[in-house]
Amino acid sequence: MSSDHILTVDRLMMRFGGIVAVNELSFAAERRKITALIGPNGAGKTTVFNCITGFYRPSGGAIRLAHDDGRTIQLERLGDFRITKQAKVARTFQNIRLFPGMTALENLMVAQHNALMRASGLTFLGLIGAPSWRAAEQRAIELARTWLDRVGLLSRADDAAGNLAYGDQRRLEIARAMCTEPVLLCLDEPAAGLNARESGGLNELLLSIRNEQGTSILLIEHDMSVVMEISDHVVVMDYGVKIAEGTPQAVRDDPKVIAAYLGADEEEAIAVMESGT
Amino acid sequence: MSATSARPSHAAQPSGSAFILKKALISAAVALVLFSLMIGVRTEAGPQGGLIYWTRFGDLAALVGTVFGGSIIIELLRQWWGPVDKDRIVPKPVQSAMSFAGRWLAPALLVFAFLVPVIFYNQRYILDLSILVLTYVMLGWGLNVVVGLAGLLDLGYVAFYAVGAYSYALLATNFGLSFWVCLPLAGILAAFWGVLLGFPVLRLRGDYLAIVTLAFGEIIRLVIINWQSLTGGPNGVSGIPRPTMFGIPLTPGDDGLAAKLGIEFSPTHRIVFLFYLILAMALLTNWVTIRLRRLPIGRAWEALREDEVACRALGINVTTTKLTAFATGAMFGGFAGAFFATRQGFISPESFTFQESALVLAIVVLGGMGSQLGVALAALTMIGGFELFRGFDQYRMLVFGIAMVLLMIWRPRGLIGHRAPTVFLERNQAISSDLVKEGHG
Repeated sequence: MSSDHILTVDRLMMRFGGIVAVNELSFAAERRKITALIGPNGAGKTTVFNCITGFYRPSGGAIRLAHDDGRTIQLERLGDFRITKQAKVARTFQNIRLFPGMTALENLMVAQHNALMRASGLTFLGLIGAPSWRAAEQRAIELARTWLDRVGLLSRADDAAGNLAYGDQRRLEIARAMCTEPVLLCLDEPAAGLNARESGGLNELLLSIRNEQGTSILLIEHDMSVVMEISDHVVVMDYGVKIAEGTPQAVRDDPKVIAAYLGADEEEAIAVMESGT
Repeated sequence: MSATSARPSHAAQPSGSAFILKKALISAAVALVLFSLMIGVRTEAGPQGGLIYWTRFGDLAALVGTVFGGSIIIELLRQWWGPVDKDRIVPKPVQSAMSFAGRWLAPALLVFAFLVPVIFYNQRYILDLSILVLTYVMLGWGLNVVVGLAGLLDLGYVAFYAVGAYSYALLATNFGLSFWVCLPLAGILAAFWGVLLGFPVLRLRGDYLAIVTLAFGEIIRLVIINWQSLTGGPNGVSGIPRPTMFGIPLTPGDDGLAAKLGIEFSPTHRIVFLFYLILAMALLTNWVTIRLRRLPIGRAWEALREDEVACRALGINVTTTKLTAFATGAMFGGFAGAFFATRQGFISPESFTFQESALVLAIVVLGGMGSQLGVALAALTMIGGFELFRGFDQYRMLVFGIAMVLLMIWRPRGLIGHRAPTVFLERNQAISSDLVKEGHG
């Protein structure tokens, strides 16, 4: 059933000098599903993310992205900004990386850079104020407005992103990633630092992105209530290798997973065992 | 001490006489170390060529005593004044008056600029000074694209100014091309060199970028000095043709503009023409920059200044974005250089030293990085103010330096530090300078 997989990670290796951060990791993410990547601190989750989104060039292995139209793209060969531009993979960051001195609306406009660049005729049409450019800009503003509305920040559109509350910044970053119109959205700990109500809202947002946009989601998360509630598939990592995968239920009861969390951090182990019960 | 840091620490601020005494003693000790060599010992070449020296311990003691006393007085004054607060330094009515003035400042300046040749028609000195100020306004606006918008610290901007000037000078003297043909060519050549500089420095950030651009500026200058067969080396290029008003020369001859219009020839005509030429070029720079800011490329520049990693994650090609910033800034520098060459009629490498780069960068930083109006005001302050202090003779640099330091204490983020958004839904509100990043790449 490989046609259902949007992302296939095949024996991914990532070495930093003598340290093997990711060792022959293989997993797949299904199309229009939410896949969670979990594991104790230092398991190599963010490294996997950085490989998928082109911030690192993997030492070995393959990362394949299968588009709806049947195209398959080898992400490890693209690298850098082309992953977002051509392969349509968007990401957010563990420590929020907005453009703090720009307004929320401007942040979403920057995200539509490539589409707007084409519309502005590589700046020249835009410089003379061609009607086609004006129309494209209006459409971009409308798309941004739609997403601001979806994440509940429409009233803050003209405020500097750096002035928003922490939870709002998290949602704005997701909206910004969605403005690149991705097929795969990679979220690095989207619920970190959110309170219970906010992470509940985040769950709804992610489910609606999956259901309405049909965007596949890959997320790293420590907040087990988020993982257990919304993921369709969970991959558990420890020390750079996959130790388990399956449905949230199956993973939660897996003794290897419990052992990994117990060995690493007692609180997290309790969180794993208690969540959902 | 800035207003923000003073407020929270106010309650905990030490205020006893022991604290004041300690502070004064430290200041006096620093003064003693500094002045003991500068003032305390005086050396001079003796009649036999040997070095003779004598001591001036009295003067030294007086200076150290002044610093000690002054420190106590300043500390007492500070405690008497209380916490530094914006409302106390600048009262509310003054603030509202200033915001009113701020709204009308740009249009008023523009109208004034257009009227300068009319008002000061007979004052050649003022006309020349205004042309100089406008040249620096244009250079400042050009560098503002690189430093203010894209956040790339460029210490070698004068290189593009030189490329523009020499492009025009050499094309005009060797091939007889007119100013209006050479102007775009000078811009294109400067932009080309901008890209050439951009490539090796793409990976560099902050201090490293500054050093390499500084070196680039020096390389261009040294090439000009040493490539004697092309550039004339230190002798420069002379006999550069004056600009024509679209083919009509501004000369006293029969085919000159004055004869054609049937008015009496005056050398001031050319100065006025040059004034309006640089004004038009500067305004073009301004218009293009304002337009670019609202286009995706301009937003990408500002996003790059804010966070390069986030830009990459959004699929923005950081390489081309940086290169276009360098090229655009360099192009404006090239235009300004071509104007400089045609105004002077003579150029030599001496006009393109590091000091020029530093001056233009100071204008951009002082104006508030990214602000068009701020840069114009800063150019006026720096170039005009420098002339204003001419009466102070040998203390000119000292007074000027103190004025700059005070200005930076008063406005640490430049004259106009806040940022205007490029697009808005309902409210067009300025963004506080605290949030806007300076860039580090």
